[in-house]
Amino acid sequence: MERRSLLVLTMLALTIPVMARADGPSASPGSSPPATSSRPGAESSAAPSDDAALVHLLSRITFGPRPEDLARARRLGGRTFLEEQLDPDRAGLQEATAALRDLPTLTMSIPALLQAYPRPKAELLKRLADGRMTPEAYQALVPADHRPVRIVAEAQAARALRALESPRQLEEVMVDFWLNHFNVYAGKAAVRWYVTAFERDVVRPRALGRFPDLLRETARHPAMLFYLDNWLSTRADFVIAAGPRAGQTAGLNENYARELLELHTLGVDGGYTQEDVREVARAFTGWTIDRPNENGRFIFRPRLHDRGPKVVLGRRITASGQDEGEALLSLLAGHPATARFIATKLVRRFVADDPNPALVDRVATVYRDTDGDIRAMLRTLLTAPEFHAASVRAAKTKKPFEFVMSAARAVDARVDARGGYELARAATLIGEGLYEAQAPTGYPDRAEVWVNAGSLLARLNFAQALAHGRVPGVTVDIDGLVAGAARHVPAEVLEQLLGRVVLGGVSVETRAVLAAQLSDPRVTRLTTDDRVPADTDVATLLALVLGSPEFQRR
Amino acid sequence: MKDAVAPTGTGGNGVTRRFLLKGGACALVGLGAAPRFLLRTATADSARGRVLVAVFQRGAVDGLAMVPPYGDPGYATARPAIAIGPPRPGDGDTARDLDGFFALHPALAPLGALWDNRSLAVVHACGSPATTRSHFDAQEYMETGTPGVKSTRDGWLARAVEALPVRRSPLRAVALGPILPRALSGEAGAVSMQNIEAFDVQPDPAAGAARAGFEALYAETVDRWLRDRGHETFEAVHTLRRTQAARIPPANGAQYPRSPFSQALRQIAQLIRADVGLEVAFAEVGGWDTHVGQGNERGQLANRFREFATSLTAFAQDLGDRLADVVLLTMSEFGRTVSENGNRGTDHGHGTAMLVLGGAVRGGRIYGRWPGLGAEARFEGRDLAVTTDFRALFGEVAERHLGVPASTPLFPGWSRARADLGLFG
Repeated sequence: MERRSLLVLTMLALTIPVMARADGPSASPGSSPPATSSRPGAESSAAPSDDAALVHLLSRITFGPRPEDLARARRLGGRTFLEEQLDPDRAGLQEATAALRDLPTLTMSIPALLQAYPRPKAELLKRLADGRMTPEAYQALVPADHRPVRIVAEAQAARALRALESPRQLEEVMVDFWLNHFNVYAGKAAVRWYVTAFERDVVRPRALGRFPDLLRETARHPAMLFYLDNWLSTRADFVIAAGPRAGQTAGLNENYARELLELHTLGVDGGYTQEDVREVARAFTGWTIDRPNENGRFIFRPRLHDRGPKVVLGRRITASGQDEGEALLSLLAGHPATARFIATKLVRRFVADDPNPALVDRVATVYRDTDGDIRAMLRTLLTAPEFHAASVRAAKTKKPFEFVMSAARAVDARVDARGGYELARAATLIGEGLYEAQAPTGYPDRAEVWVNAGSLLARLNFAQALAHGRVPGVTVDIDGLVAGAARHVPAEVLEQLLGRVVLGGVSVETRAVLAAQLSDPRVTRLTTDDRVPADTDVATLLALVLGSPEFQRR
Repeated sequence: MKDAVAPTGTGGNGVTRRFLLKGGACALVGLGAAPRFLLRTATADSARGRVLVAVFQRGAVDGLAMVPPYGDPGYATARPAIAIGPPRPGDGDTARDLDGFFALHPALAPLGALWDNRSLAVVHACGSPATTRSHFDAQEYMETGTPGVKSTRDGWLARAVEALPVRRSPLRAVALGPILPRALSGEAGAVSMQNIEAFDVQPDPAAGAARAGFEALYAETVDRWLRDRGHETFEAVHTLRRTQAARIPPANGAQYPRSPFSQALRQIAQLIRADVGLEVAFAEVGGWDTHVGQGNERGQLANRFREFATSLTAFAQDLGDRLADVVLLTMSEFGRTVSENGNRGTDHGHGTAMLVLGGAVRGGRIYGRWPGLGAEARFEGRDLAVTTDFRALFGEVAERHLGVPASTPLFPGWSRARADLGLFG
């Protein structure tokens, strides 16, 4: 009897019309990873008008659309919503994330962090390592929340909290973008004391500003100086005056110079040579850190600087101490190869894995015309016909951090400071630890890297944990998600859930599989007593929805 | 100039001696001494096939510290603070001599036994013809197997697997780690996993298994790319559950360090010993980008080498007789400058050293021509020159060990013109 009624329900679910599918996710993906770049002129719609276009816009400029975002975008219109996001200050969008107040390190200076979270004494660590000290004794002496690792954990938690709750979503997306572009790795010695300030003082204020400013500020920040070793680079004949290496000769280190050209500005095909790398390294000698373990501030030390003549990219650099580096940064920021490189990365992030050359050209032109105005480049990109082409809808695969945050946003999770950390940690388990990319390239922005067997399972397991309330510090009001649906009618519950969580809609096939799940007695809990209504296990259904193929795309 | 291959005995005599000396590892199953064609026939259709384990040392390992050419007069002078001193017999703190010219870094001493029983070979001055000193580009070139060409979509290891006779195992090609490396991307159906024990959908205690639901979602989706990923994933899950590979404890008293790299090797050994049909495995290990304070006999790089060597020896010990079926090949995107830099470290260079470990390897030898470290011999005046194209080494291992047909375009646009290095008998 029950079985029969369930079958009917399943069939009913199958016949419910699929929402927003005309050019929804199922249309695009082929056999190769992401849908390719858009074909110019394939679609002419420039202004987002219908819901599908709004959902597309939201899926690219936020960490995943929530129903209230869609409502607001409908009210304002896509273009106005975008303008708000491009200029959140003028729009009066205030960051209001209460949980950030429980993360004291966010507002501390580098010297204050060095003092409050000192490096554990080498002697203690040694005693711990060779067993002369028990872990318990070490724990008592150096409590976990006074260790430097706390700083990074708080920075990670804050990223997740802001991605979840900040109304300044595009700014947050760009913080993520630039922190990846100007990657620093918190695991490298002193960098852990510097990352908070690097994000707060360098990247965040300029995420929607001008690229040359970002470049200039990253170049002189201790996080970058330390991460890419420039603080140690000196003229070839510099003799160390004091310390354990007194009397020895230091010399050039070309690590920063190379990554500056390859990864920050010109790109690897930007037309520079090994000789250019050396000349740039010589120009940046003397850019160092004042007392890295106490003060941690940028300082230029003329004594370390190589005063000889230098030629970079065929241009003579006038001998002028610190100004040589400044002049070089201007030269690089103004180089056409830089415009092209930045434009390519932006198009890849916001449109499709394989950037459309025509669109890259237009964005690069905006870079050159506006002296690297990030807002202007984004405006061009996000209003381009290529951006709204049906072929690029849902074509991007969510990076692990995007996936985790979009899931938390879709279910309107309430998250405290601990929960923020747990969400960042979930992204780490799927492969994208914040501030944990060791190589200067940062993380790749292509689908094939982010979905394979191991990371797919990690995604499904996060979906399980979130839906079943097993992520510490994260609360999901499961019942609220399906309020209004009759719980004893599984098809109705599923309908409500899909409408709430997957704004872009799902394919007929996915809907059919989900509907079929409703016949699983674990999903629809029947009672032997016909008079008591059945109850749908919303959490199990939700896990499946968050783990579905559609939810891995944006 | 020095011909590194010449000093060691070759020919039939050498082969005989090799099998005598290999002792434990090669006393094997009697098969070890059998002619190669018999060996192949015997294993062709069983699950006990040949396995290639590729280990990528990401960040450009300093081959001149890993296998120091202490006999080269240019070596010590180029590195006043960080050269590895010549071996002193009986002094374990000094380098471990190999052939009177090259040595192993002292922290790699655990590998000495594998050198002695002729399971370990070194290919020196090996690398890429591409001149890039970008980690990213050089790794890309080495993994796609097409130096200088960026448009190659798939990796050389994936192409190698595709060229082998079709096996039905979903675990033919496995990368240990969070993401699938470039070398294995392509149509080989390679899967990545961080932990084979936890490689499943974790059921919720209250709700029971959800695997079937997820599996159905991915089996039915019209998103072909994700459907393929889902298929690979769940097939691998089922095979791992069926074979219980994760429950196999290390054998022969092997003790793996706790590092991620070591644990990756431990799990690869489990997959091999569980006969899941593994043909190519990939693991990676970082921490080689030693721009600052790399140290000499001791220090930062020594610590990395120690963990590296104890991991490799644990792997060899764990496999025991099965090492006869396995070759572990190390690689790194380029080497480092011959001279130390201003921070007692080294910057990005060119040629480096690669290790080949396995029961069937003609070990106990250094392969490749040594170009010398003199100023005029260096690449662009600063780096160890490359005398063995990495494709020659990789190609030989793929062909002679895995059995990839010689006609396979493993490295598009390039063919192995010269004779084999002679790594296999």
